[in-house]
Amino acid sequence: MDGSILSGAWVEVARLSDIPRLGSRVVGTAKGDVAIFRTSDDQVFALDDHCPHKGGPLSQGIVHGHNVTCPLHNWVIDLNSGEAQAPDIGCIKRTPVRLEGDRILLALRA
Amino acid sequence: MNMLSPQRQRLVVIGNGMAGMRTVGELLARTPHRYDITVFGAEPHPNYDRIALSSVLAGEKTLDEIVINSRAWYDENNIRLITSDPVVSIDRVARTVTSQSGLVAPYDKLLLATGSKPLVPPLPGLTLPGVCTFRDIADVNQMITASETQHRAVVIGGGLLGLEAAWGLKRRGMSVAVVHLMPTLMERQLDVAAGTLLQRDLDERGIAFFTNGQTEEITGTERATGVKLSDGREVPADIVVVAIGIRPNVDLGKACGLEVNRGIVVGDDMATADASIYAVGECIEHRGQVFGLVLPIWEQAKVCAARLAGDEDASYVTPPLSTKLKITGIDVFSAGALSAAAEEDEELIYQDRKRGTYRKLLLRDNRIVGTVLYGEVKDGPWYFQQMRDGTDIEAIRDRLILGEAAASLTGTVDPTAKVKALADSAEICGCNGVCKGTITAAITDLKLTTLDGVRAHTKASASCGSCTPLVEGLLLLTTGVDAKAAGPKPMCKCTSHGHAFVRRAIVAEGMKTIPEVMHRLGWLRPDGCHSCRPALNYYLLCAWPGEYVDDAQSRFVNERNHANIQKDGTYSVIPRMWGGQTNPRELRAIADVADKFGIPEMKVTGGQRIDLLGVKREDLPAVWADLNAAGMVSGHAYGKALRTVKTCVGSTWCRFGTQDSTSMGVALEKMTWGSWHPHKVKLAVSGCPRNCAEATIKDFGVIAVDSGWELHIAGNGGIHLRGTDLLCKVETPDEVLEYCGAFLQLYREEAYYLDRTAPYVERVGLDYVKAQVVEDAANRRALYERFLFAQTFAQHDPWAAQNENTTFKTLVPAE
Repeated sequence: MDGSILSGAWVEVARLSDIPRLGSRVVGTAKGDVAIFRTSDDQVFALDDHCPHKGGPLSQGIVHGHNVTCPLHNWVIDLNSGEAQAPDIGCIKRTPVRLEGDRILLALRA
Repeated sequence: MNMLSPQRQRLVVIGNGMAGMRTVGELLARTPHRYDITVFGAEPHPNYDRIALSSVLAGEKTLDEIVINSRAWYDENNIRLITSDPVVSIDRVARTVTSQSGLVAPYDKLLLATGSKPLVPPLPGLTLPGVCTFRDIADVNQMITASETQHRAVVIGGGLLGLEAAWGLKRRGMSVAVVHLMPTLMERQLDVAAGTLLQRDLDERGIAFFTNGQTEEITGTERATGVKLSDGREVPADIVVVAIGIRPNVDLGKACGLEVNRGIVVGDDMATADASIYAVGECIEHRGQVFGLVLPIWEQAKVCAARLAGDEDASYVTPPLSTKLKITGIDVFSAGALSAAAEEDEELIYQDRKRGTYRKLLLRDNRIVGTVLYGEVKDGPWYFQQMRDGTDIEAIRDRLILGEAAASLTGTVDPTAKVKALADSAEICGCNGVCKGTITAAITDLKLTTLDGVRAHTKASASCGSCTPLVEGLLLLTTGVDAKAAGPKPMCKCTSHGHAFVRRAIVAEGMKTIPEVMHRLGWLRPDGCHSCRPALNYYLLCAWPGEYVDDAQSRFVNERNHANIQKDGTYSVIPRMWGGQTNPRELRAIADVADKFGIPEMKVTGGQRIDLLGVKREDLPAVWADLNAAGMVSGHAYGKALRTVKTCVGSTWCRFGTQDSTSMGVALEKMTWGSWHPHKVKLAVSGCPRNCAEATIKDFGVIAVDSGWELHIAGNGGIHLRGTDLLCKVETPDEVLEYCGAFLQLYREEAYYLDRTAPYVERVGLDYVKAQVVEDAANRRALYERFLFAQTFAQHDPWAAQNENTTFKTLVPAE
């Protein structure tokens, strides 16, 4: 049913153990790079690897709480919403992601 | 009406200032229900710390911070507070007071605490706009407002009050001149030598002085435009502050027929000629003496409260007095007599012109009767204690002038030894009359661990702050917590602790991981943030070399990826070139790498190396592998780490060169490469004083001279260009290495994260660094050894063996 609103399907992209806690990996997709983050509570999040500010690679930022700080100019992006923390304004596209055991599945459009 | 309690007496207090409210506070502590208390204040504010007004003027405190008793305090204690409504008359027969608004309040006991008025000479022009005094919040607000739009200020008066006003206005950006009647400043507290030093130091801070200056008039027609002196000198000004002193405010006392000389005359019981009227503070005269300092006034408050509470034995004796000047960075201490007055008086004088310190002790019968300290005042309270105790100093006379440490025979100063030796009844905070026992009890009972906590609960060190070291010593003694480290500025929003506190806590409490630090120091956010995590990672790395496991996720991207991220998300790669030297093999390898990976741009850096720009993240491990194969290692151009050692060609080639600067640079780089620091660190070695390697804008710069090497520290280019300070001169290359390692280790151990050496050295002072690195050879060697020890774990090329590291690879979704 997950695929109903998507034209694609859940695709395994990595194992949870591939990503350190408070770390990330980059997945190359047809629509560009997607960054997958693992927080300290072992949740995973996926955002376009592209800061809404100047396009910095969010995957290379420091993860803290459910946030990541962009390495270029320290914008803090909420991993849940993809929105920049005030006073900055901006939003970055999320990609649905879920854990199945140790497998990280990403909902990629075809 | 409550039939069970006896009729309460009515106490009316005229004056809502420090003396009056102190008395009320003491009274409530003794007998909370004896009186119905009414307080009249002329100012609109609750009781505030008038002593701290100079700190408000200087921008170091806000008005809110100097309030002593909030309005809630009056409510809690059932005190009726009437502000902005001064009492205008007292009817001693009817026992009532009448306020400006017509309010009539009957009393059984009346307390006069009307304070003082600014002393103002009868000068033409006094009433012009732009002229003010320095007495209350309204004056301070007027000066602050003036400083925002006006440029030039003249302060009339070079005593304590005038100088604090001048300094405050200077701090607020005005150009300030001080006109003083006497030949030297603060002549009532300082002798000529100390007064001259003070003038020199303030002069260096940009305050102009007109001593021997008798003001004749304040010039101007619409508003003040300056002052004119009797010798013809004219000083232009946009505002004129008259701060020559204070005089007791005796108006009410005089009007109702009390005995008044200079002040309202009181006896040892603090009562006036009318037994139902008491008086305390700056408005009184006791045995011919009037008062302006806080210490005797607190004593008066204590005695007056005791009398009001029914203690018939309480009796006031003026305690010995000491003075401190509240000008940041200028330390003055004065107590007792200033100069020899009798034949049997002896003066001990010690002066160090270079360091700008001066101390004079006045002895009579082997006892200290006067102390003047300038520049370094930490021994002031100790001398003062000896003076009050009447200690016979015969046995320590030869060392007495050098201070407590020298006089105490052991020669070492344990920071807690001083407070340990004090009795529980010994007074720590003179401003608020708090003794040692009260403070240690509060620390223990309330589990206080911070200076602010002690201040909030005991008021100790909450006023002028000069007892802060003692309170910190008590904290350290009682809890082992070093409060001095708990700076007011937190590291980030995740914690209330400052960098210094966290650094010391990590070492003192043996904390070994980031989660442990965050847990034990009460971090507000479980993972911290991008600001505190890299700092903690560094602090732990520095504290536990070889033991701490570096946390890659707490490294900024550049240090995690061992390359500099660029605006487009690609990286720049800079291999190390020792001392800026290279060879054909290295250059070929670099050229080959650039070709092989399609690196779009190459550039020679300011640190004498070659930068490969535009390298893709995925290519980094392969680029490094090729560079490694040619014998090159990471240049750490991306890290809070040792960057480059820039050199000139030196005596090998240069006709001016005096030493082999290149070899010296290479040796320094071989020793220091790989070291992590609070910020980036750059070195340079020049072969002669022409300084082609620009060593005087480096964190550690070496300049060769015929007889050896000059060592310079704490320079940088960057936003705030700063030339180096000369640390010392040494003779041999081995010494250069040792001093360099020692200085860098001191910086590594003590600086706050993201402070370069320049702000670090400015914070601790060049003298301190010299004492640690130059003067104390054993300490230097210990620092050097700690540096070398840490290097045994740090000197591993981060580029090596990264081919296996998959974090650089972009994942490809499985089909």
